[in-house]
Amino acid sequence: MNTPPSRLRSLQTLVFGLVAVGLVLLALGGYLAPISRIALNPFIAVQSWIATRYQAVQEFIRAPQDTARLRQRNSELEAEVAQLQSQIIDLQQQLAGTNVLSALVDFARANPENRYQAAAVISRDPNPFLHYVIINRGSDDGLRRGMPVVTQQGLIGRIVAVTALAARVQLITDPASTVNVRLDPSQAQAVLLGQITGDVVLEMIPQDAKVQPGDLVLTSGLGGGYPPNILVGQVASIRSQDQDIFQTASVQSVVDFSQVEIVLVITNFKPIDINPLLPTPIAP
Amino acid sequence: MATLIAFPILAGLMILQSGIVSRIPLLHGTPDLILLVIIAWALQKKVQNAWQWSIIAGLLYNLVSALPIGVSLVGYGLATGLALAFRRRVWQAPILAMLVTTFLGTLVFLSVSYFSLRLLGDPIPLGPALNLIVVPSVLLNLVLAAPAYALMGDLARWLYPEEIEV
Repeated sequence: MNTPPSRLRSLQTLVFGLVAVGLVLLALGGYLAPISRIALNPFIAVQSWIATRYQAVQEFIRAPQDTARLRQRNSELEAEVAQLQSQIIDLQQQLAGTNVLSALVDFARANPENRYQAAAVISRDPNPFLHYVIINRGSDDGLRRGMPVVTQQGLIGRIVAVTALAARVQLITDPASTVNVRLDPSQAQAVLLGQITGDVVLEMIPQDAKVQPGDLVLTSGLGGGYPPNILVGQVASIRSQDQDIFQTASVQSVVDFSQVEIVLVITNFKPIDINPLLPTPIAP
Repeated sequence: MATLIAFPILAGLMILQSGIVSRIPLLHGTPDLILLVIIAWALQKKVQNAWQWSIIAGLLYNLVSALPIGVSLVGYGLATGLALAFRRRVWQAPILAMLVTTFLGTLVFLSVSYFSLRLLGDPIPLGPALNLIVVPSVLLNLVLAAPAYALMGDLARWLYPEEIEV
């Protein structure tokens, strides 16, 4: 009873097929996972070792090319960073300028009774005894001698000389500057004087005036040199002695004069020259 | 040529002085670049036009400053006169002459400014003026005196080259 070879091969094929299908079904069912893990672990370890060595060799061969490329990329990025930093500085400057202009516009809107001409401070007086600045607007822009100059914070000074394209402004901190002011809330009148130290002081405050530190100092409009009610500063300290006729006070100005860059000129104010009205001594 | 070149140099310095240097004081004193340059120029051996430089500097100063007209001319003129006097007497030690002239020239220029302003009625007290303006200004000018002398020396050598006998 011998089985013919052809039937034997068919039987073998069938058995292999069934085993294969069984293995697939077992694998799909997850029953072969532990066996496959055990079988694959050595293979994976060897594969990892080979891959690592291969990558090391590959990097060694390609390193010079990569270094050159990286250096080039690095320099490109450094240039880009420098450009961006310079753009940031530009934008910060523009933002600072815009903030100042915005504040000036707000000030102009808050005081609609005046007309303003904005100007930039382009230089300071080279003589250290004098506190003057030069602005980049002149008679061509409608500026005239005597016009008050302010910032969004308060009074700066007034124009004392004009050319076609520029004007010289005497700051209220100049030793020769005098401004008639009133104090709020006491309503006392006083005179604001500049100092060579860049400070401003109040003089000729009546002895009976009740002045407190923190009182506001505003222009009074007396004398016609400045329009009334422009903020100048706050009283910082008061000096009063019984034997004196007047009190004096130091004033904290609202404007930082060392940082003034953009100013507003009040163009609709016409100063009044009261000198001809002042009494002159009559010869006997 | 040596006089004409004074216009761009002194004008540039005046812009630098009023635009930048005046904004960075020590206490309330500032260096006077124009004064340093005219002194350094007057101290150069071959220079013949120190007075012209002084006049140009004085006129330029008047354009920018609110100082009464002519005061800067007088101040710079006196400083130039001092420098020329020292050039004749201390010719062997030019740096020493530069330092001494800078010291005296700054004092003279600031004194002329001060007294002219006082005469016109500016109530500037002498004590604070001395402490806060004159002393710091003199100090700053002395610090810058040597570089100013070196730079003007280079300019003088360029404008008045050494004559070589053949």
